[in-house]
Amino acid sequence: MLIVLTLVLVPCLAGLILLFLRSDFLRRIVVSVTVLGVCAVTISLAFQPMPLNDAGFQWHRHDLHWLMILGEIGIGLYVLYIGAVRRNILAVALGLAQGVVIGAFEFVIATNVHGTQPVYVDKLSVLMALINGIVGGGICVYALGYMRDYVETHRDVADRRPLFFALLFVFMGAMFGLVFANNLLWLLFFWEITTLCSFLLIGYTQTEEAKRNAMTALVMNLAGGLAFSLAIVWFYLETGSVELQALITSKHGLALLPAALLCFAGMTKSAQYPFSRWLLGAMVAPTPVSALLHSSTMVKAGVYLVLRMAPVVTGTAVGVLVAVIGGLTFLVASLAAITTPEAKKVLAYSTIANLGLVVLCGGVGTHAAVWAGALLIVFHAVSKCLLFLCVGVVEHHLHSRDIEAMSGLIQRLPHVALMMLIGMAGMFLAPFGMLISKWAALRAVVDTYPALSFFIVFGGAATLFFWTKWMGKLVEGSHPQTAVAREVSLDESIALYALTGATFLACALFPLISSKLIEPYIAGVYGQTAFLGEGNNIILGIMMTVVMLFPLSLALHRRSARIVEPYLGGANAAEHGAFLGMGGHVEEVTIHNYYLHTIFSEAWLARWGAWASAALLAALLAKAWL
Amino acid sequence: MNAWMRVVLYIVAAPLIGGLLGGWDRRISARMQSRRGPPIMQPFYDVLKLLQKENLAVQPLQNYYIVFYLALMIFTGALFFGGSDLLLVVFALTTAAIFFALAAYKVGSPYSFIGAERELIQMMAYEPMIILTAIGMYMATKTFYVHEIAGRSDMPALALPGVFLGFVYMLTIKFRKSPFDLSSSHHAHQELVRGITTEFSGRTLAMIEIAHWYETVFLMGWVYLFFAASPALGIAMALLVYGFVILVDNVFARLKWQTALASAWLVTATLGFGNILILSAWR
Repeated sequence: MLIVLTLVLVPCLAGLILLFLRSDFLRRIVVSVTVLGVCAVTISLAFQPMPLNDAGFQWHRHDLHWLMILGEIGIGLYVLYIGAVRRNILAVALGLAQGVVIGAFEFVIATNVHGTQPVYVDKLSVLMALINGIVGGGICVYALGYMRDYVETHRDVADRRPLFFALLFVFMGAMFGLVFANNLLWLLFFWEITTLCSFLLIGYTQTEEAKRNAMTALVMNLAGGLAFSLAIVWFYLETGSVELQALITSKHGLALLPAALLCFAGMTKSAQYPFSRWLLGAMVAPTPVSALLHSSTMVKAGVYLVLRMAPVVTGTAVGVLVAVIGGLTFLVASLAAITTPEAKKVLAYSTIANLGLVVLCGGVGTHAAVWAGALLIVFHAVSKCLLFLCVGVVEHHLHSRDIEAMSGLIQRLPHVALMMLIGMAGMFLAPFGMLISKWAALRAVVDTYPALSFFIVFGGAATLFFWTKWMGKLVEGSHPQTAVAREVSLDESIALYALTGATFLACALFPLISSKLIEPYIAGVYGQTAFLGEGNNIILGIMMTVVMLFPLSLALHRRSARIVEPYLGGANAAEHGAFLGMGGHVEEVTIHNYYLHTIFSEAWLARWGAWASAALLAALLAKAWL
Repeated sequence: MNAWMRVVLYIVAAPLIGGLLGGWDRRISARMQSRRGPPIMQPFYDVLKLLQKENLAVQPLQNYYIVFYLALMIFTGALFFGGSDLLLVVFALTTAAIFFALAAYKVGSPYSFIGAERELIQMMAYEPMIILTAIGMYMATKTFYVHEIAGRSDMPALALPGVFLGFVYMLTIKFRKSPFDLSSSHHAHQELVRGITTEFSGRTLAMIEIAHWYETVFLMGWVYLFFAASPALGIAMALLVYGFVILVDNVFARLKWQTALASAWLVTATLGFGNILILSAWR
């Protein structure tokens, strides 16, 4: 039990200390020590017998409860203040509504919710905690180096690093609390802290755009928070309990509306259509924030909740609608990713798409689907984090997020480009984890609702296109470039190499992750479990070896071929990569990727994606209500 | 015959069969155009000649990608004939194709770049239907394993007429045959020059050619799988489909990539999904 408290409180405490540290040196020490400690504790947590609850842990629970209520009131007042200052009626209305609902619940309806277990830790919680601790910790270390450069290059932005790092750690602590909480009120409390932290982090630069996008994120997540509160009240009125475990194990009929509302909340947080806008807007923040939001915290909290609801919604119309919204999000976001040349935006769309796939798995809700969903969360966290951090480094060097500007990056920043390629391969290519999980998702869907495979096959094809053309841009060699002397700072390179290692390790250890963490959870909930056949593991192993040979052969390459000029219609100029154009002028070869604007338009996809999913969401809530 | 024997047989015999099919293709195409055409063995002569040529490259590393393309293509077929999971086979195929595209990107010449870009569009066009074919076979036979599908006494084709037609449609794209010879055409005298293979020569081009033979045999094996309950019918259908693709190649002019993508997805959504939905409603 102590271990759980440590994981929640230590990051928060570190955050508090960091808030008052202006020395970069001391900050580095505090951040490194905390991250190392948190990683060690989360790993040791993985070896504890599960499930862990707080039986025999009695001290001050009542005080903690009141402390939490105070915290909630604080958050609520701050939200109202922000809403009033920015003159955002929606934020004020949502904040007030939630305040009324929760206030009425705490002080009128359920004045004495005793006998509940605030904490319940099972293997799924451990899995989420590992991601949060290791990937999130890596991001915090990376941020040390990144923010130092950021402050130097962005003179116009006020240096608010103490606040920045404090928020990163509070965020991390809240995420731990979120995955360990069993009392839904506690879960909501941590949920709201992550909302607030993301609001503050997205608005870090305090430019007009940042403020606006932060507000969008706040409003959308407040809507989710309101749904969450309603779910708690409804469930309490029906059953007299506020425990997550009680909700999961209760009968379909009683828990369906609360589960639908919680799925709604999960979808706002994990940026499913129609709420995808806030995650796209969150790119204005410094890169570590994007990495944190996209990989280890925030959006993962949303899909975590949806996966938790899977046993309740499985086999119901509500479940199918959740799955369709997830599938639609996967398809639309993947198509949208084709249309944009902006690197961070492509990553954001890909995150939204992959979360959609997890939501789809949660909605289908069979044991095989939840297994696939949990795998997707793990593999996505590692690869996506690596990609964001790499793009952050590239942005420093190129002063651009444009994919077209990354042409031939493998010559200029060989290490970072190679890591990016590994990250991308991790996102969609055999034999890396994401593909294994997509495969598992596909199989789960075919066994239940074959029609849902529509979204996966078309979305998957789009994924293939936008990743490969980006990879192509990185390796392309139309113009010779010289390598940059110092690609990354020490803190950054520690995080990058660790994550690259983790991408491979997650694949190599995949059978272990599955058998030690995911399968026990699935078996505990469903009484049966899913796994890949023995033969398939072997084949994947062989394939992994084949592809791993690739970087090796690059390292050992021999220049046996005679190097010649490319074919340029027979009009090559003397310089490499130039040709004689009209009137004998020497012209540079320029090549651009396709963005298929004539077929898909980003605005069109955003509009129709939002409308269609909003209609589905309305149907979902109506269906759960009836 | 056990799985390893089949794999070895595939690795040894596939290039021979693939090469012969290629020679047959050129012969028939020539007859359709009132020419005599080369001898059936011509593809082998071509590859032998390519192997003796000097090794040229624009980028030092470009040929390595092709090595992996060939290795993964052989691997794909080996998985298939070894009787493995169909979805896994599709993913291996995709990985192989991506290495091919990356090789062309690596070169950085405008012609190969456009070729690579179009190749990706073609992949995006055919991939949904290929995965759907695997799903359809699963729904018809309750297994993804090739050896179990092949061992059944009923024909998947009977339950999957729409999926079969869709699959054949995708074959014309996969073989880069007219009207879908977008990324690389057999004829170098056009706007794309030689597209994705423009900058590959000698040994490397020979490898691409050999990979193509393996691919042909693997895809024909999949056609056979639709009719595996009756081996004679299976082989006849595979040859018939191959002949059909040649006929289409000679009859049609090239389409734009937009049309290729839209039509392929339309075929997938109607023939493929229509079939799957009816099948799932039936069961």
